[in-house]
Amino acid sequence: MARWGMVIDLDRCNGCQSCEVACRAENNVAVGGPVAARENRTVFWLRVLTEVHGEWPDVRTRFVPRPCMHCDRPPCTAVCPVGATTKDDEGIISQIYPRCIGCRYCANACPYTAKSFNWKRPNHPPSSLPMLNPDVSTRPVGVIEKCTFCHHRLQRAREQARAEGRPLRERDYVPACAESCPTGAIVFGDLDNPHHRVAELVHDPRAFRLLEELGTQPKVYYLAEEH
Amino acid sequence: MNDADKLAGLSQDERVLLAPLVRTTRWFWIWLAIMAAVTAWGAVAYVLQLRYGLGRTGLNTPEYWGIYIICFVFFIGISHAGTLISAILRISNAEWRRAITRSAEFITVLVIAFGAVQPVIDLGRPDRVLNVIVHGQAWSPLLWDVCSIGLYFTASSIYLYVPMIPDLARIRDLKIRPTWLYWFLAIGYEDTPRSREVLQRIIAVLAVVVIPIAVSVHTVIAWIFALTLRPMWHSTIFGPYFVVGAIYSGIAALIIAMAILRRVYRLGAYFKNVHFNNMGILMLVMALLWTYFTFAEYLTAWYGGEEAEMATFWSKVSGPYALPFWLMVVSCFVVPVALMCRSATRGVWGTTIASVFVVLGMWLERFNIVVPTSVHPRLEMPAAGYWPSWVELSIMAATFSGFILVYMVATKFFPIISLWEIQEGREESVQEVSERVASYLPDDVEVTSP
Repeated sequence: MARWGMVIDLDRCNGCQSCEVACRAENNVAVGGPVAARENRTVFWLRVLTEVHGEWPDVRTRFVPRPCMHCDRPPCTAVCPVGATTKDDEGIISQIYPRCIGCRYCANACPYTAKSFNWKRPNHPPSSLPMLNPDVSTRPVGVIEKCTFCHHRLQRAREQARAEGRPLRERDYVPACAESCPTGAIVFGDLDNPHHRVAELVHDPRAFRLLEELGTQPKVYYLAEEH
Repeated sequence: MNDADKLAGLSQDERVLLAPLVRTTRWFWIWLAIMAAVTAWGAVAYVLQLRYGLGRTGLNTPEYWGIYIICFVFFIGISHAGTLISAILRISNAEWRRAITRSAEFITVLVIAFGAVQPVIDLGRPDRVLNVIVHGQAWSPLLWDVCSIGLYFTASSIYLYVPMIPDLARIRDLKIRPTWLYWFLAIGYEDTPRSREVLQRIIAVLAVVVIPIAVSVHTVIAWIFALTLRPMWHSTIFGPYFVVGAIYSGIAALIIAMAILRRVYRLGAYFKNVHFNNMGILMLVMALLWTYFTFAEYLTAWYGGEEAEMATFWSKVSGPYALPFWLMVVSCFVVPVALMCRSATRGVWGTTIASVFVVLGMWLERFNIVVPTSVHPRLEMPAAGYWPSWVELSIMAATFSGFILVYMVATKFFPIISLWEIQEGREESVQEVSERVASYLPDDVEVTSP
């Protein structure tokens, strides 16, 4: 059984946010706009966090792309009163939109603020409708949504592999963010498969995880900057 | 013969305590209309929220929980007034309880209902609330909460109803309207020594049973917060801290209710200075306990000095939430302790003023627990903040007015002071208490000369 995970090399990330854009397009994330931004209500499945260190002229900005961490010990799934957010056999944390009652307990329990709530009816302007991804359901108002590691791509890749009568290869299943990264900072794969790059990268001396000390065991690793 | 005439020839207790059932003043209708108007306004606000979603509130990311959850914790806290206080006083044979248990128990039952709907109002999808039963996930503290509040509501309703049966039977026999209501609720009770004895035994059992249920309710509410990894929520003392706060605010709410009832129904002869004095002493004890818990909580966070905890800590002590924080300290510690530690200020006015401060302060305490932690997630978000919208404030106002409304109506159908317990006190307790005191004294010892 695969255990899907991600390694993000912060040394390679230049903060271009193409992962964010690719994620929004791939997953039919609603258009936010200036009002939602002002109200802190924009939906993000993946958000590039920025940290500014120092003062002018010695300023350094660090970019940290933050998808869902897909924790092996997820604090969000335990607290959901209706089992609308669960961890599947391959370690992906999913959200069942038609079951979610919108209590936002999971969002409060998540130390990474990786969950977004639909405060208003999601905004899909008419011009964006032809570009919606048919593999991903849109969400109604009043439910939580989150990064799924582009779970639908796994289903498609698996069907393809089965049709061709071959096993699933590393290149078959890549989330939109990793695919779109121009510097190749985001690497995705099976953490338990020694032939996958991620399995090797997590042993890099630069590897760390966000808020590791909380014991949530995230499956998203970061490689620290070298300088 | 109208109902008022039926009271003419009765004893003082019956005349005074049943008067609200048969006579209604103009002021009652005026207040009823005001409360109904505020409640209706809140209902309109809720319809808007239903239509457009929680976007009508001031909530945002990461400020996921706001006024509704604050009110949920606050109102369930107030509900500890009744059942817990009345049960403790019954078990400890406190004779001064007789006049106040009924009004306390009514607060409990009515306020739980208003508290319990708050999380439903807070839901993004209230249409799916039954998923909690259909797809219930037993590991979720929210589900424990549904169970404990359901149990508490049931138990305290029974605990309100059973000790009321003799009064209901008496009202039935007096043929006060609506006769069918009292005939139905009195369930054929006849006041014989045998039935009185059975009733007393049931009440004794209930009083013991409701105490752990009441404690569990606010403990579980505390766990909703404490079982997450959020800074200043993830605390082992949250369970007892919430229970102490709940009893504290409950006592204050009960004192306010007693003061109002005393005035509007001219119950000065029943809610006497001694009752306010004793309740004031109880409130002083809870004030000191609450202060102790609060101090322990903040000292632990500050001394440990963990980065994530400190962001929340300083936002309360000297940051954007300093005003609600220090107002809370003044209203929950400075004012009540200053007023309640002197017997001169433990009269009706002193305890009532202190209680108003405590109720407001305890609302602020819930605010200070929910909001500052919410806006300080471990991974800092840019420019997080919270201003409640008029929709949230209207629904909160409607919750208060709705509670007052049903409480007012309840006093018009049920005697708000237990009639039979007062009469029992007059007939039996004086002798019983002197016998009890005599039994505490040393036995006679036969002196044998050496």
